[in-house]
Amino acid sequence: MSDTTAAPTAVPAAALDIEAWTCPAPVRDRPRVVMGHGGGGALSAELVQQIFAPAYGGEVLAQMGDAAVLSLGGARLAFSTDSYVVRPLFFPGGSIGDLAVNGTVNDLAMSGARAAYLSCGFILEEGVELDVVTRVSEALGAAARTAGVQVATGDTKVVEAGHGDGIFINTAGIGLVPPGVDLRPQRVVPGDVVIVSGAIGVHGVAIMSVREGLEFGVEIKSDCAALGGLVDAMLAVTPDLHVLRDPTRGGLAASLNEIAAASGAGVVIRERDVPVPPAVANACAVLGLDPLYIANEGKLVAFVPREHADAVLEAMRAHPLGADSVIIGEAVEEHPGMVVTRTGLGGTRVVDLPLGEQLPRIC
Amino acid sequence: MKYIDEFQDPELARRLLDDIHATVTRPWALMEVCGGQTHSIIRHGIDQLLPKELELIHGPGCPVCVTPLEVIDKALEIASRPEVIFCSFGDMLRVPGTGRDLFQVRSEGGDVRVVYSPLDALRIARQNPDRQVVFFGIGFETTAPPNAMTVHQARKLGIANFSMLVSHVRVPPAIEAIMSSPSCRVQGFLAAGHVCSVMGMGEYPGLAERFRVPIVVTGFEPLDILEGVRRAVRQLERGEHTVDNAYARAVRPEGNPAARAMLEDVFEVTDRAWRGIGVIPGSGWRLSSKYRDHDAEHRFQVDGIRTEEPAACRSGEVLQGLLKPHECEAFGTVCTPRTPLGATMVSSEGACAAYYLYRRLDMPAGKTREATPVV
Repeated sequence: MSDTTAAPTAVPAAALDIEAWTCPAPVRDRPRVVMGHGGGGALSAELVQQIFAPAYGGEVLAQMGDAAVLSLGGARLAFSTDSYVVRPLFFPGGSIGDLAVNGTVNDLAMSGARAAYLSCGFILEEGVELDVVTRVSEALGAAARTAGVQVATGDTKVVEAGHGDGIFINTAGIGLVPPGVDLRPQRVVPGDVVIVSGAIGVHGVAIMSVREGLEFGVEIKSDCAALGGLVDAMLAVTPDLHVLRDPTRGGLAASLNEIAAASGAGVVIRERDVPVPPAVANACAVLGLDPLYIANEGKLVAFVPREHADAVLEAMRAHPLGADSVIIGEAVEEHPGMVVTRTGLGGTRVVDLPLGEQLPRIC
Repeated sequence: MKYIDEFQDPELARRLLDDIHATVTRPWALMEVCGGQTHSIIRHGIDQLLPKELELIHGPGCPVCVTPLEVIDKALEIASRPEVIFCSFGDMLRVPGTGRDLFQVRSEGGDVRVVYSPLDALRIARQNPDRQVVFFGIGFETTAPPNAMTVHQARKLGIANFSMLVSHVRVPPAIEAIMSSPSCRVQGFLAAGHVCSVMGMGEYPGLAERFRVPIVVTGFEPLDILEGVRRAVRQLERGEHTVDNAYARAVRPEGNPAARAMLEDVFEVTDRAWRGIGVIPGSGWRLSSKYRDHDAEHRFQVDGIRTEEPAACRSGEVLQGLLKPHECEAFGTVCTPRTPLGATMVSSEGACAAYYLYRRLDMPAGKTREATPVV
């Protein structure tokens, strides 16, 4: 019996020449954009470094933080922009309107700034119901009020049916960086304590559960929230935080890798201390995904000097958005630029920057 | 998750490890057949905790890795057609065919969709009666029954615009091929628990007896793997070679009769090429003639596609346990997940990918990492 996929003549198993067995064929370069270019991992970074930065980059863009910190008229301004293309537009725990505010507010907060003003650009697809536009706008407005930020300017474009995904939103934001606050990965030193502000992986799994129609036994709600107040509480303990990141696309793993690479420090986390809710762990186990790479929207990771760690942790836990804050590891001198986790059994493994998107496995 | 935590308990793991350390008196080489086991071993650092005399060899059980280049090329050809909605499990999208992958086809306008079940593809077919919906049916005995059932359903419901590109593979012939090789070093097997949960254990006693190797049916959580290793080395130390079920909570000796009946109805055994390995007689399934109408190769007339696999990487040896991933000269230098030479570096269950992702800390200088750009 022969198979159409097989070579013309099958050989008996006993005669297989294992030494000659080979495996082929790279896809080394991609002539077109693929989804992984937007995944927040290595492909995204490549796009920025190989195309965007050479084309229009400069000294400020080279900061490559979540927000750029600019000196203007004696003040230090934080400035950031982000675009939101989430599907579906409404999901457990939020909507694209909430995301469009909280995402940009959080990017500013990670530089220590409290957001003051936002711009808001809507790209609407022909045919989307005005009721949906209204609900998204109302959610956006409510989120802005909760975050204490004003939408100062906006723009609307409509694209033909089939050329969008209902609603895309771009927001940009500005805020003031308080004196004495200097948050950037280059300040990380071995000995710094790594804190996360609560359960990870919730937003990504919530989106997946509704987008892909997957049932995980319990409803998982997005953690979408504005973190300006939590950051204020932390800075009130000490302005000497070293770096903050909100682990959105690419998850905790991508944020830790960015910090490790930019600071030159090694990072060690303890797998059992990373707060993964059972429902998230369950969903990830079923799909073959790693919670460390799943997106979050209302969490932050902080590198804090050891002498301030307990006080900062206490302040975080006193804030509603940081009640479940926990120390998960520290910066170390070993393996500079790399992130390593100690497994529950006592082994170690590298936690790398994701390439593109995580893909659910076959079995 | 309590049910999983129970199988990752550090205290129980320590006891199993102590027992394994006390049992092993000389070098042994065990092969874990399944890529999911490889992934778990490396992810939890289990290999670092075992006695140094005990070598775990990573087997060919990654369905993504072993799908032949020729089949990938057929998938790419079908997925490129404007009338087609091509449905696949996620991790097949990144696997390179000749010069491109399914992600690239999608970026060129192909309608390629990730699904979580073959039944999702059937649903898409019902919703799009004017399109041709093709599901990429690959994998071992684990994924074959639901795929068979989907074809059966399509036939029963008269969904004529649904077809499947089938490239299923079977484990026992692969074990036979590995053990028949003159360069084989494997002395015992951790058989894939989920495969046995479908097929039962009946295919293994003959292999264990013929090649005089213990075969222990093993699960995927850390304690499952440690228990499988413990039972295998006990047999080796005693000079035994029987089939043992260390995954009794999921595997019955007879397997799943309903699933096996479905397989027998829809598929027939065939010779199959394994990527990086070659043709292994009787190692695959294809749709039986009764279901030929739902065979995508037939429907889209791609059965004439023939692909020469260039000798660009050594993952065939890795799949055979003849070479550890980091012993390959290309590993971590020219071959990385970003620039893979072979499918074992692409698949999340591939041995090379597992080593690259998790074990680079232990690698010699020069194989540590590619320069990863920073956002």
